Amino acid sequence: MDEIFDVIIIGAGAAGLTAGIYTSRAKLSTVILNEGAIGGQIVLTEEIANYPGVESTKGYMLANIMKKQAKSFGCKLKSNVKIIKYSFDKEIKVVELEDGRIFQGRSVILTPGGRPRSLNIHGENKFKGTGISYCATCDGDFFTGKEVVVVGGGNSALEEAVALTTFATKVTVVHQFDHFQAFEHAIQEAEKNPKVEFIMESELRGFYGNENLEKVTIEHLPTGKISEYKTDGTFIFVGYQPNTESFAKHINLNERKEIIVDTDMKTNIKGVFAAGDCIVKKYRQVTTAVADGTIAALSVSEFLRS
Amino acid sequence: MRRLQTVIHEVETAAELEKMISENENVMVCCGRMGPMCIPVYDIMEELEEERTNVKFASMAFDTPEAGIIRNAPECRGFMGLPFTMYYKNGEVAHATSSIQNMQQITSILDAKLV
Repeated sequence: MDEIFDVIIIGAGAAGLTAGIYTSRAKLSTVILNEGAIGGQIVLTEEIANYPGVESTKGYMLANIMKKQAKSFGCKLKSNVKIIKYSFDKEIKVVELEDGRIFQGRSVILTPGGRPRSLNIHGENKFKGTGISYCATCDGDFFTGKEVVVVGGGNSALEEAVALTTFATKVTVVHQFDHFQAFEHAIQEAEKNPKVEFIMESELRGFYGNENLEKVTIEHLPTGKISEYKTDGTFIFVGYQPNTESFAKHINLNERKEIIVDTDMKTNIKGVFAAGDCIVKKYRQVTTAVADGTIAALSVSEFLRS
Repeated sequence: MRRLQTVIHEVETAAELEKMISENENVMVCCGRMGPMCIPVYDIMEELEEERTNVKFASMAFDTPEAGIIRNAPECRGFMGLPFTMYYKNGEVAHATSSIQNMQQITSILDAKLV
């Protein structure tokens, strides 16, 4: 592809779409290259009730509106692509796709977002969809009248554990520490629910069954003792990890693999910016991703003008 | 009545699905909801629809009685994760998957089963 875009945006979550809206509206030729589904983590959210100016909406609907807005300003969008190579060292940045297409840009905004962490233990791939789930809203009703395990100790884990009691007869939360990382209200809701039980200081070691998941093995960390635990399903909520592996050799990351940026969303490479869940920050919300994307887009505009 | 906000065609009845399967050599149907595990699959199908003209792509709302044709299919026995995605070849089920699938997984199935 001979065209040189003003901006190449990697990722189409809230940060990427926002950046695309701003840069394309500023008449900067913009293409968004997205390896997953458009919307990123937004579409994982059933209901968004705290997005200012919007009373309450489904996550996918908000993502769809952002996508339409970006396109309406002339932003090009390529989703479900596979990126195989980045070249950021020269003035013109180059992104190569697996299908042979090459995109060139005067600047790049990295907004690859994150993905749910998996446990990477025995049987996890085998039972995905037949007992293991990462979405209580999607799959909770398949476990009506059954017993399930929830893995994790953050807000998502405890809130989803409580939500699952609508369907399941018993929900057992397995958490690696002796305390939870969730907000106090989420902990209280889970603790006072009679259907929720807790196995603390423990980690899952494997998933077993025939056609469907039948049991898990759990290691009690202080003693190292491994025991079997019968369950019909397991929901995994152990946080998110930034999708930054591909940039590791170009961009400065911290020990958590998050991209280090300054207050203008600049990375260590001239002309390369980053925004959203992939950067070093404490709070990850749709609103913070939108803010990051805005700042990155404005910084890119300034960079290109200068 | 359409229940899904998908760009790909939404099949609304079992009869319509049976007709589609009988009239097209290759059919891929994603039976789900507008949820986080299903939307990425619809998006991928939307992308593939332009380039894979030999395959008919469709969605179907999981929570309608009509979707029993997929929910209760023998190939979906034991499925406990949305969406249920069916691949039909010459009127027969060639493959079925449960839960979210990525582009590579879907194209691999299409290349192997719906050529």
